[in-house]
Amino acid sequence: MANIKLSNLNKSYGAVHILKDVNLDIKSGEFIVFVGPSGCGKSTLLRSICGLEAISSGTLEIDGAVVNEVPPSKRGIAMVFQSYALYPHMSVYENISFALENQGLDRASIKQKVEKVAEMLQLTPYLTRLPKALSGGQRQRVAIGRAIVRGAKVFLFDEPLSNLDAALRVQTRMEIAKLKRAMPDTTMVYVTHDQVEAMTLADRIVVLQAGRVEQVGTPMELYEKPGNVFVAGFIGSPKMNFVTGDPAERAGCKTLGIRPEHLEVSASSLADGIPGVVEYTEILGSDSFVYVATDYGMITARENGRTAISKGQKVWLKPVSGYVHRFDGNGKRLDTP
Amino acid sequence: MWQRIRLEPSRFFLHLAVLLIVAAWTLPTAGLLVSSLRDKDLIATSGWWTALTTTERSEQARMKPPADQVQKDGHSEISGNLFEGTDHAGQISAFGTRVQNPAEFSAGATAQLQDGRSLTVNSDGSYVYTSPTAFTGDRGQRVFFVTSVPPKFTTDNYRTVLFSEGIGRSFINSLTVTIPATIIPILIAAFAAYALAWMKLPARGFIIAVIVGLLVVPLQMSLIPLLKIYNATGFLSKTYLGIWLAHTGFGLPFAIYLLRSYIAGLPKDLIESAQVDGANDFKIFMRIILPLSFPALASFAIFQFLWVWNDLLVAIVFLGSGNDQLVLTGRLNALLGSRGGNWEILTASAFVTIIVPLVVFFSLQRYFVRGLLAGSVKGG
Repeated sequence: MANIKLSNLNKSYGAVHILKDVNLDIKSGEFIVFVGPSGCGKSTLLRSICGLEAISSGTLEIDGAVVNEVPPSKRGIAMVFQSYALYPHMSVYENISFALENQGLDRASIKQKVEKVAEMLQLTPYLTRLPKALSGGQRQRVAIGRAIVRGAKVFLFDEPLSNLDAALRVQTRMEIAKLKRAMPDTTMVYVTHDQVEAMTLADRIVVLQAGRVEQVGTPMELYEKPGNVFVAGFIGSPKMNFVTGDPAERAGCKTLGIRPEHLEVSASSLADGIPGVVEYTEILGSDSFVYVATDYGMITARENGRTAISKGQKVWLKPVSGYVHRFDGNGKRLDTP
Repeated sequence: MWQRIRLEPSRFFLHLAVLLIVAAWTLPTAGLLVSSLRDKDLIATSGWWTALTTTERSEQARMKPPADQVQKDGHSEISGNLFEGTDHAGQISAFGTRVQNPAEFSAGATAQLQDGRSLTVNSDGSYVYTSPTAFTGDRGQRVFFVTSVPPKFTTDNYRTVLFSEGIGRSFINSLTVTIPATIIPILIAAFAAYALAWMKLPARGFIIAVIVGLLVVPLQMSLIPLLKIYNATGFLSKTYLGIWLAHTGFGLPFAIYLLRSYIAGLPKDLIESAQVDGANDFKIFMRIILPLSFPALASFAIFQFLWVWNDLLVAIVFLGSGNDQLVLTGRLNALLGSRGGNWEILTASAFVTIIVPLVVFFSLQRYFVRGLLAGSVKGG
């Protein structure tokens, strides 16, 4: 049980301001995902929570106690590194038991705890192996086992899946989701740049850009009601289309955001439709993407299954009503009247 | 196919250069080893590359004097063995009676000499000299002959140098100097390297710069000041402790520099992970850094060991010249003066001196190469 509270947290390296006034309230047992483009400060934020980076100003509280100056090992946290950071010269058993050894536990209870964790993660047959003799997925499990064995209240994950291949990534993602369900009281903070991981794992997503929190919300909130143009563009694939000019003015805003899946593509003229010429199409089987050059720039539309529309064809695009996002001149969301 | 066979000029010269370097190092070493195992007379007469072949040598001997002649079938006869009274053994391949032509007759043949005399010399040295008239005079006739000496190897030279020329004692002295003078700097440098690579210290960059600067300070510059300090303290001058400290001081800048660049190249995640796991700096150093730095430690150990082992200057300056303190290089130097002509002594002594560096190098050479790459290859 541990809640984390960040108040006006700032981090700078000399003149470079990395994190700017981050305020965040993470509830106990929540699965929080930090997403953002590379260099947005998401890893720095995680490392600040961990204690590997000193906080320049502001406070970080874990369970109500300010821990700004508390060393990582005393914060009740565990971290899974992107590179796993397994100790290459130690066996799986020694890797998992290292933290317990540092706590000064006696051998018998270390053995008992390690074996319990190994069983939970199906690592029992590999306990005597060195990390180099393990596959990527097994190494990942050892890294997680190292976190579990300490009984930490907070788990921090720093892009843990980025070293795995695509198939293993999906599988490990599900294993992490399962792990979270098995440990409902443990707070987990997860950093990724992959929005699929964010959407599937998170209770709440924190979108960061240039050291600022852009929006905090559940995955569907971010998808359905992005707070600004940045979040709208960042969440969802293919990217949301932004239209300025006449169609936006008709809707009473500066920028109109329409997701590709909310566009109707018609080969015949539509009232209020945006005319354009199909630049090219991508057919993926389950769906197809149609790229249309219009007076308002390139617009992407998604069609189910195989599209009948071909390259060079003249088409009209029309948003499905009720699924448009309106933004003002500063990129802020305008609520639908 | 043709392209694969063709040697590019740069590769050709590379291979040629490697071959030359290998030859330049191994040939003298092999020569030294072979020479040190040869008989001392053979060293003086033929080169080490002939050690495996039978050598021919011209010799001379006198037959028994006429007083030993016996009468046989109306002839006077003198018989015996040319090797009698010498420790020679060998095969006589040819003989003659004139110094100009010692190989006039082949062994076993009967030579018809003037006045009806005849001489037969067998390859084992036995001879029969007959004459129709009685031999006169009081000295035996001289015989010249060519012996072929089979290859002969001996460890006598080593026995001599180790036990009567003092090389054995010096060998122990050298080890007494070298082993602590290798271990002490490694211990100090490993701690320093970790601190300079991973701990937050004030003026860390400045300290590193000073250490790199010390790398280029010539050792000779500090000999006199150091000696004065040693003499002032008294208990350090001419003692093993004194020379250990001197070698430690001279070796430390390089040790810290080499180890720091290696340790700084270890993945940051590992150290942070250990911090999160609750290890303090000492524990991180002992459990994570030291085991992972073994290649760099071994490589520095080779450098330092070889340098201290081969050192003469520091040993002369900081250690006495008594039997219980003279190191191998010093003893070798002394032998060059006193036994300069005795190649068997010098070659054996020299080889005793290089045995330890060779063993050290070959047993640790895989770390040596890895250590040389320290810092240049990520994750080494």
